[in-house]
Amino acid sequence: MGKMGSNLLFSKKSRFDPILRRRRAEWLTSLPTLAWLGLFVVVPTVLVFVIAFRPANPYGGIGGGWTLATVRSLWTPSYLAIAWRTLWISLMTTAICLVLAVPTGYSIARASAKWRNRLLMLVIIPFWTSFLVRVFAWKSLLHPEGLIKKTLEALGLVGTASTLLYNPTAVVLVMVYTFLPFTILPIYAAAEKFDFRLVEAARDLGARPIQAFRRVFLPGIRRGLLTAFLVVFIPALGSYIIPDLVGGPAGEMLGNKIAQRVFTDRNLPHASALSAVLVLAVLAPLIAVLALQRKNKKSDIIMGEAP
Amino acid sequence: MRRSRFPLVVTALVLAFFYLPILILVVNSFNSARFSSRWQGFSLVWYARLFESPEVWQALRNTLVIAVSVTAVSVVLGTAAAFALHRYAASRLQRVHYTLIYTPLVVPEILMGISLLMFFVAAGVPLGLFTIFLAHVTFCVSYVAMTVLGRLQDFDFSVIEAAQDLGASPWQSARKVLIPMLMPGIVAGALLAFTLSVDDFVITFFVAGPGSTTLPLRIYSMIKYGAPPMINALSTLLLAVTLTAVLLSQRLVRLKSGKNG
Repeated sequence: MGKMGSNLLFSKKSRFDPILRRRRAEWLTSLPTLAWLGLFVVVPTVLVFVIAFRPANPYGGIGGGWTLATVRSLWTPSYLAIAWRTLWISLMTTAICLVLAVPTGYSIARASAKWRNRLLMLVIIPFWTSFLVRVFAWKSLLHPEGLIKKTLEALGLVGTASTLLYNPTAVVLVMVYTFLPFTILPIYAAAEKFDFRLVEAARDLGARPIQAFRRVFLPGIRRGLLTAFLVVFIPALGSYIIPDLVGGPAGEMLGNKIAQRVFTDRNLPHASALSAVLVLAVLAPLIAVLALQRKNKKSDIIMGEAP
Repeated sequence: MRRSRFPLVVTALVLAFFYLPILILVVNSFNSARFSSRWQGFSLVWYARLFESPEVWQALRNTLVIAVSVTAVSVVLGTAAAFALHRYAASRLQRVHYTLIYTPLVVPEILMGISLLMFFVAAGVPLGLFTIFLAHVTFCVSYVAMTVLGRLQDFDFSVIEAAQDLGASPWQSARKVLIPMLMPGIVAGALLAFTLSVDDFVITFFVAGPGSTTLPLRIYSMIKYGAPPMINALSTLLLAVTLTAVLLSQRLVRLKSGKNG
């Protein structure tokens, strides 16, 4: 805040000067959150990058001195395999979510006002329910004694010995289930603002329905698609519980490795180095989308409205 | 022009996909069978077991203690922040402020968990209920601020100026005019903060210490190490509570918009 800020807060003269009073009120209402988030978001994030270059001590803490060994040790085939799996599971989840969310968002936007509200409520309610409970619901459905497994067995589609749980497909399925509501909402919001007469015009000019959809509707809701991409892809990269509960060793992702380094080996520098990689992986798509938006000369910020 | 039925079919399937797992879970909580594929008669045995479990009660107490204190602190901080973001929107300070408030909403939970853990370890803060409280406030503040900010968008500040012209001090005009008018937004933000705190697993998992097991941590170990039918019962109760909270907050939002329209 510096010298200027403290003068604003404490100077007696400021009481009578409306501009200074305004500045003081602004600092008084902003400072608590600025300080809190600075201390518990900014400092810890910087710390993650610092601790990645510290050695571990044998008691599960952080040692003195500096080392590059931890960061170097990440460049091994087993970690590269995990990084690659994290990436493709996240991309797959995002793609499936978008494919399902576009028709759903479209139908909600085109429904009558009464039905629109009902459908929106129906989409929002499941994402208010406990996250662990939803993952657990799927775990028991896919369980060898669960309903889906038994049904597929009865239909002769899977053998009794095959398992539905503990593989990357199960991870993608449960991730789609968890993230789909977050994808539908931004696409609906974009579709609701879309002028559907443009599609009719395209049809009148001889476009087939699929052409009108691809060349007119999809570009028209591009902003919603980009937001939907980010709200799935970013948290998907950091997934931890879903692969932990339904993925098994074959479905492990970067998040599981971070947790193992913390809870199993208690090697905090190693966990930090992995987290630093995840931070960079999360920043990349965010910056890419922001750059894309700027190129398209959209002044509005992708997620939410800037003040 | 005839519209394709395809989007409607997808929507119906998506909604079925959303609700079937939850529905089966609720039904199974009343199933006396240990495994869920066969119905062996209605029973409340899993609920009875649940109520007899001292660990669940202890976890519930921890969860509520944290959620109530987190809600109180994050409502105060978040409301003040939303006010600043709205009132001084043009200033450079608020652009920084907005970015900071936005960050917890986009950062994956595991990153927030691990970075806070590193921070507490480096600062020598013992892990426990207090560190969980600090971590929860950190993300709840952002949600409260965004919710209240939404309400502020259609707030008419000339009312405040009128109050001050009539001799109210800034503090009086905030307490007697601004806060009562923002109440529906503040209550909706408080409900959101409460639900998020009660439900959080990942961040809590990283910053929890011995003796600070919360309900989600308890559910997690029940999922990992057996006791499925009891989780069905516990999940059903949680569903009932969150749904009530959602319907209540929806009511509040509707009441507010009803008054305006």
